[in-house]
Amino acid sequence: MTEVVRVAGSLRNRLAVTLVGGAAVLAILLFVVVRNYAAQIAQAGQDQIIGASVSSILDAAVVRDGVVDVDFPYASLSMLSTEFDDRVFYAIYQDDAVISGYDTLPRSDIAANTDRQYETVVFDGVPVRLASASRTLIGAGFRTNIVVSVGQTQDALSGTLNGISRNVALFGAGFFALATLIAFWATSTTFGQLQALTTAITRRGPKDLRPVVKPIPAELAPLVSSLNSLMARLNQSLLQSENFITEAAHRVRTPLATVRSHAETTLHRVERPENRQALRAMVRAIDESSRAAGQLLDHAMIAFRADNLDQQDIDLGALVQELLVQLTPIAEMKDIDLEMTQDGNAAVRGDPILVQNALRNLIDNALKYSPAESTITISVSDVPTAHVRVCDQGTGFDPDEIDDLAKRFKRGTNVAGIVGSGLGLTIVEDVAHAHGGKLTLENQKTGGACVTLSF
Amino acid sequence: MRYLVLLALWVLPMLAHAQDWEDQRMFGVDSSPTMRIISSTDTSFFAPIIESFLAERPDVSIEYLVTGTADLDQIFRASPAEFDVVISSAMDLQLKLANDGFAQRIDDITHPAWAQWRQSLFAFTTEPATIVINKAAFAGQDVPRTRLELIQALRADPDRFRGRVGTYDVRQSGLGYLFATQDARASESFWRLTEVMGSLDARLYCCSGEMIDDLADGTIAVAYNVLGSYAQARQDTRDKLEVILPSDFPTTMMRTAFVSRDTLQPQTAADFIRHLTIAQSQGADLASFPLPPLITELDAAGRSRIALEPALMTYLDRLKRRTFMREWESAIIQSPSAPSQ
Repeated sequence: MTEVVRVAGSLRNRLAVTLVGGAAVLAILLFVVVRNYAAQIAQAGQDQIIGASVSSILDAAVVRDGVVDVDFPYASLSMLSTEFDDRVFYAIYQDDAVISGYDTLPRSDIAANTDRQYETVVFDGVPVRLASASRTLIGAGFRTNIVVSVGQTQDALSGTLNGISRNVALFGAGFFALATLIAFWATSTTFGQLQALTTAITRRGPKDLRPVVKPIPAELAPLVSSLNSLMARLNQSLLQSENFITEAAHRVRTPLATVRSHAETTLHRVERPENRQALRAMVRAIDESSRAAGQLLDHAMIAFRADNLDQQDIDLGALVQELLVQLTPIAEMKDIDLEMTQDGNAAVRGDPILVQNALRNLIDNALKYSPAESTITISVSDVPTAHVRVCDQGTGFDPDEIDDLAKRFKRGTNVAGIVGSGLGLTIVEDVAHAHGGKLTLENQKTGGACVTLSF
Repeated sequence: MRYLVLLALWVLPMLAHAQDWEDQRMFGVDSSPTMRIISSTDTSFFAPIIESFLAERPDVSIEYLVTGTADLDQIFRASPAEFDVVISSAMDLQLKLANDGFAQRIDDITHPAWAQWRQSLFAFTTEPATIVINKAAFAGQDVPRTRLELIQALRADPDRFRGRVGTYDVRQSGLGYLFATQDARASESFWRLTEVMGSLDARLYCCSGEMIDDLADGTIAVAYNVLGSYAQARQDTRDKLEVILPSDFPTTMMRTAFVSRDTLQPQTAADFIRHLTIAQSQGADLASFPLPPLITELDAAGRSRIALEPALMTYLDRLKRRTFMREWESAIIQSPSAPSQ
């Protein structure tokens, strides 16, 4: 029944990817921004300490007897101790010459009397943060410029930054995971509404073309309103065609009866065998057409009544017995025995006219396909549910077609030469569905077919 | 070309051995690869540790070279590739060597943070600077327990102590300089004591060993800032000498070791350092090793130990050293021609 739908992409996936992708971008942005900010703060912290060290050394610079002396305190270098044991380098310059410290330390390009200047240089193959400051010393007839540079490796800084990066990365990952969860929750809630609508429509019976009345989200309103209008038009068009068929069948049946009586009359009058043969064929064809028209009418009637089901208590046994009384003369004409067995009180609630019609079709079918001098068994039982089972001793169903035989105008391939419209089992099945029951076709192992109508 | 190589092979060992060592000794089998240790610690103190290491690693031999702390610094800086392990009691010089990048990092040694620097310089003893006296010289007199009491004792009887007081010559001994600068940092009494010692024509020594020799034979009566461990380790002097731990403030040094950056046997050298630190930590079999152990807990004073930190380089600064030396010399060397100055 399900038609193939061309699928291109998924709204749900697209929404999820957009939300998750957005969360990933935000998480990365968060990581980069926080890490950079932390790096700035950590660098500022290190600069502060190196700068203090430079100041304390420079403060100790004095001119004594025309010679520069820098008796800097122990704390100047002590304050540079770090958890990671960073290496410390320093140099004291007088004008252009190094007067103490590391001779090869890169010379900072610093103007006279500048308070703290920071740069990152490479010394001994490692990056070193260098702070410098300069001061002019004035003695008697003496003027000299002193520059102090103190450098420190950045192991503790990288250690701190790595710690911060780890934490921020964890935080970002947590944020991302949470955002992903929310994204999936949001998409499934959103599409859950669509799923609910789909389920509601899928669960409907094949004839249910009523509009959807359940409340739906605003975004779905245009789609559902189009669907409702499509179903209304479909319903209208179905009704029209059913009416047309009913009308046509009705109009054809009366003239056919007239033609048949004329043909029978004529059959009695003609004597030449080839003419009689032709007339018999004619009567047979008229019977077939007339039966088809009758069943089309039955079918239309069932379709109408099924939509407005009349609910009464029906005794299946009584109904079958009543039918047998009507059908026994026809069975006797073919030398067929109709046997009925009853087990328990099989009662159902439903439309007696429909059920009777269905049972008549079943027994009719059995009579049609049974050979002469055979027995048709009709059993009525309420175990496991109320059902009527009709078994004959005919040729049975073709196993390849057994699933399709109840379709409209479908006839078995092994029944050529027997009058039929192909609507009989369709009618039975429609009745079964209208009462929430089902129709089961099967072949007996000993030969012959069995049809069960259960409620 | 071949001759040049031969010449180089002949000359290089000559150059390497041209150095005058205080002591020089081979341990282990000659044929095996030799690890060279340059050290300021007397061979007798280190022999048991080297032998216990060789018992575990019979595949190597060790050449142990002894020199003074200041010389050690110069020799090693000149040719760092010649030596695999460097051991010295001058913490400041050792720290500067590590700071200057001469030491190799050994990451798989677990050592307390205060007893190592950059995971490359490892401390393995705790040794206080002490006052050592000849008991005979102080007979019938109270033994000084603090620097102040020592100053009073020296002042009270200058004639008895003239020329009989000994201390390190800080110009020659790196360890002496370290003790002196740390003393000066801790208290003003250091300068007063130095003045008093100078006025008594103090004898200046390069090394603890000689100072203890002179103490033992009575040449000097008292020595200031000597490593007590050297005095206690010697059987012959134990009865004659008394080692006093100054109770006002102790100055405690840690001997340190590191692996040369340019070593050709990094694994063996690192194994030796690991062996050394484990052997010297408390809980190990200390009785069999004459070196004082590394004491892991702080004493009551809390700040007794000289910290392994970059600040140790302060007094190695040219200007600081020049100033300190000038003051020290003016205090300790008082010319007899101008005694009043």
